[in-house]
Amino acid sequence: MSKPVVFGQNLSRYYEVSGGVFKKPGLVKALDGASFTLEPGKTLAVVGESGCGKSTLARLVSMIEPPSGGTLEIDGKPAVVGSVEHRKTVQIVFQNPFGSLNPRHKVGTILEEPLRLNTDMDAQARRKRAEETMERVGLRLEHYERYPHMFSGGQRQRIAIARALMLNPRVLVLDEPVSALDLSIQAQVLNLLADLQDELGLAYMFISHDLSVVKHIANEVMVMYLGKVVEAGKTTDLFEKPRHPYTAALLSATPKADPAKKSHRIMLTGELPSPLNPPKGCAFNPRCAYATEECRRSAPKLEAVGVTQVACFHPLG
Amino acid sequence: MTDMTTKPAPSARQVKRQTRNRMLAEFWFYFSENRGAVIGLFVILALVVVAIFAPFFAPHEPTQQYRDALLFPPAWQDGGSWEFILGTDAVGRDILSRLIFGARFSLFIGVVVVGLALLGGVSIGLIAGYFRGPVDTVIMRLMDVILAFPSLLLALVMVAVLGPGLLNAMIAIAIVLQPHFVRLTRASVLNELNREYVISARVAGASPFYLMTRTILPNCLGPVIVQATLSFSNAILDAAALGFLGMGAQPPTPEWGTMLAEAREFILRAWWVVTFPGLAILITVLAINLMGDGLRDALDPKLKRT
Repeated sequence: MSKPVVFGQNLSRYYEVSGGVFKKPGLVKALDGASFTLEPGKTLAVVGESGCGKSTLARLVSMIEPPSGGTLEIDGKPAVVGSVEHRKTVQIVFQNPFGSLNPRHKVGTILEEPLRLNTDMDAQARRKRAEETMERVGLRLEHYERYPHMFSGGQRQRIAIARALMLNPRVLVLDEPVSALDLSIQAQVLNLLADLQDELGLAYMFISHDLSVVKHIANEVMVMYLGKVVEAGKTTDLFEKPRHPYTAALLSATPKADPAKKSHRIMLTGELPSPLNPPKGCAFNPRCAYATEECRRSAPKLEAVGVTQVACFHPLG
Repeated sequence: MTDMTTKPAPSARQVKRQTRNRMLAEFWFYFSENRGAVIGLFVILALVVVAIFAPFFAPHEPTQQYRDALLFPPAWQDGGSWEFILGTDAVGRDILSRLIFGARFSLFIGVVVVGLALLGGVSIGLIAGYFRGPVDTVIMRLMDVILAFPSLLLALVMVAVLGPGLLNAMIAIAIVLQPHFVRLTRASVLNELNREYVISARVAGASPFYLMTRTILPNCLGPVIVQATLSFSNAILDAAALGFLGMGAQPPTPEWGTMLAEAREFILRAWWVVTFPGLAILITVLAINLMGDGLRDALDPKLKRT
């Protein structure tokens, strides 16, 4: 095992929501105690349905927001909000390539912005670096002078990836980087990401709700539900033998390419509960087929069960 | 740009000049696509030339009164004279000369008022939109108070406090026009603030000042430019109104609005005394609005092609 680049322990992010003048302000636990490590050359996938706190985790790791609780360490040292050090280590690629590029700037300007802000390279050195990076992500040099709206979604995502690479980071947070793209383009971008990881030894935190993509790209998976990690482990172990009922339900919902293979679809009833008013005990208990009195009373902790870590009182066989 | 590597490396200043030239060429390419805008630009340029060289163009002194030529009609009408091509006003001053000299005042008023209102309004709006919270609330309520007054009344009160005169009138009008810019800018800033490109610039380490001026502001300028061109005409008209009430340009200053106001009582008897200053204002305002349109399009990268 190589040394982790980023180490997060019990990361939490709470938001206060005012319910009006006379109501008590509510507390939304968007993320409630997530722990993980990111290692060079490895990919950690974070999956879950919308509203489960995946993007909040991405924002914490890339320091767009400070955590409400827990610690985030880079190379064993605590991360400082907004420090140059942090910026040069962790960069983020957003989901929507149509919103993440400044429409007023040319590609060259977009790519050179991180250099202009963080280094004292001169114009020629910046341009050279931008051109190298463009080549690396499969953009042509003449694209330097163009505006983002002249590109397709896949190319825009390449630009976004190139910008994230400009400062030579060691960690990329990928917040659903391919879910806004066509299926054929998705594969291209995923291959590009895989190549970059091989070449540069990047650590990825891959946020996604697409399990087939996750299975393809991730070394480890973290399943989240309502701000909490419910199961974490190696991709192969987790996909082969899900222990948490929620993971099992998620996996059963993934379409399979083999029609001969019988699949048993676990249908979840009910809705994702409001994070303003989470259920008592295990957050998943109102929708869980195996829920008992114990589940409704107290929340299970994440513990090692077999090869994966599960937060459940009744892990599946 | 690729052949640059073979030549000796250009100095930083040369590179800067080249980029500036290229940007200008690019701007002109897109601006000239809009024919109306080009016409507007030329009309404005002509006005500026006329204003600057007014003594060379004007056949008479603007304040010279020809006592034997009161209310002469334009040259092509019965009783007109080629000495006074556009006729004379009630005290015998040549209207054409007054219009030519008036261009100086009107353009000056427009530029100064819009400049002041734009600068103040955009900065305040940017701050309100970016920082939100109490700063925003205080600024916006203050702007609401200004907007709640009838604009001319407020300008009048301010001029009364500052003292009558063209300069004070311009300051007052700028303050009255400012809230429109503040609101417009703030609304655009709020729109842009949570877009991902702003967040990613922040992740890249942009300071609040950089974010406000380099990242957000350029994306908010479209509507502001249009508002600025519309305000230009408002400024000229408000200045005229203040002049009419004795609070703006003082007679015998040949300011277009003041001319219009002075000629009010002759509307039925001598149409030319009101028509020509009115036409001058109309043409100026139209030209500026046309140019504003083209300017917005030329500055919008989404309308650019590969």
